[in-house]
Amino acid sequence: MIQVNDLRKSFGGEEVLKGITATFEKGKTNMIIGASGSGKSVFLKNMLGLFEPDAGEIIYDGEPLHDMEIERKSELRKEMGMLFQHSALFDSMTVEENVMFPLRMFTKMKLPERLARANEILSRVNLIGLNKKMPSEISGGQQKRVALARAVVNNPRFLFCDEPNSGLDPNTATVIDQLIQEITHERKITTVIISHDMNSVMEIGETIVFLKDGKLAWKGTNEEIFRTDNKAVTEFVYSSNLFHKVRIAQNKGF
Amino acid sequence: MIMLFNVFRRPTKTSVLKELILKETDDLIIGSLGITAFISLFMGAVVALQTSLNLDNPLIPKSLIGFATRQSIILEFAPTFISVIMAGKVGSFITSSIGSMRVTEQIDALEVMGINPLNYLIFPKIIALLFYPFLIAIIMFVGIGGGYLASVYGNLVSSEDFIIGLQDSFIPWHVGYAFIKTIVFGLILATIPSYHGYYMEGGALEVGKASTTSFVWTCVAIIISNYILTQLLLS
Repeated sequence: MIQVNDLRKSFGGEEVLKGITATFEKGKTNMIIGASGSGKSVFLKNMLGLFEPDAGEIIYDGEPLHDMEIERKSELRKEMGMLFQHSALFDSMTVEENVMFPLRMFTKMKLPERLARANEILSRVNLIGLNKKMPSEISGGQQKRVALARAVVNNPRFLFCDEPNSGLDPNTATVIDQLIQEITHERKITTVIISHDMNSVMEIGETIVFLKDGKLAWKGTNEEIFRTDNKAVTEFVYSSNLFHKVRIAQNKGF
Repeated sequence: MIMLFNVFRRPTKTSVLKELILKETDDLIIGSLGITAFISLFMGAVVALQTSLNLDNPLIPKSLIGFATRQSIILEFAPTFISVIMAGKVGSFITSSIGSMRVTEQIDALEVMGINPLNYLIFPKIIALLFYPFLIAIIMFVGIGGGYLASVYGNLVSSEDFIIGLQDSFIPWHVGYAFIKTIVFGLILATIPSYHGYYMEGGALEVGKASTTSFVWTCVAIIISNYILTQLLLS
């Protein structure tokens, strides 16, 4: 579980995060949603320790991040997996080498064991036969799946996903969403997903945190989000691409 | 300095580092051998040709061509001129490769995994460029060889006279001075481009700008340190 208390962060005098308190539960897909510029990415980078918060605390399974020595932080990060918005695969390595990278860095596994584990996880994300390809030789959706495989290959306790569906077609996006949720449930991982894709929210958003202008504006589940009378949430949900298109279709009598 | 301090903190796994050092040595040193040897061969030939064309006085021995070629190549051409070329070739490569990793969040990925990106990316380059004097030693031989070929096969001087000139008033310390400069230039070539790549912000356009800026500052650092080292070691 990750507990965030009164998190604040400013850049150049402008307060981007204005005291956010939230809990991200173990074994669930926790989503952070909000419009562009609402502070989602800054929030995530603070949680990952890539930014130093101005105030507040982030607690990983009872351990406050700001109290940790740099070595302990490094150890904790070995238990984190991260799926970046643009995959962030190492472009000098093949698909297989990318997936084996965390195993190579943090375990004493021999090459045959690492290969077996990489193949196992690659088949789990439905990527077979691409082991020797370079990231530039595969599609965006395949890159996302490789990045997901790399993020979970070392059995992390915490999984972070930054816009896992951006730039993907609806089918591939659904596949990625389902994979994330399955892996989260299977391994009881605390998963935190940043998204503004309402398809994903409906599909896998077990707990949802809605940010607006750097503040927590609402929290609930994917069932509650459609019943809430919170104006900011309603505006965000019904202005999303999906509902906008449904409304246009209804107006046209489809 | 802060960057350099962090480069040596939280080291990467030794077996991975070994492999990275070998890869960087191949990319940065072995990969530069062809172009630098080619330039050196012709520069040595031009130095010999220029010296010969300016030898009007019959009292000056023809062996001076060999002497001038040796001194020019060992003292300045091999360590300094080749380092400026390396700032363009290797320096730009380092800045753009690290800069691209920054732009595509690969450095963030390393950091999130608990790896020290400075150690993982820059330390192997620093160690690889400690082998830079070996490249320069080869360049010295090739450059003098170029001078020899141009002089002897261009009928500027006989082979014996050229070799007499090469051996004339040879001061071994000059080779030591050249290698000390080379080590310093190697460190400059590894660190300044890495700094510009690692701390760049923006997108693909900024990667190009960072490469250009890094080339300029690397050249400036090489030229200034060349002057300081020459003052300290030769005067």
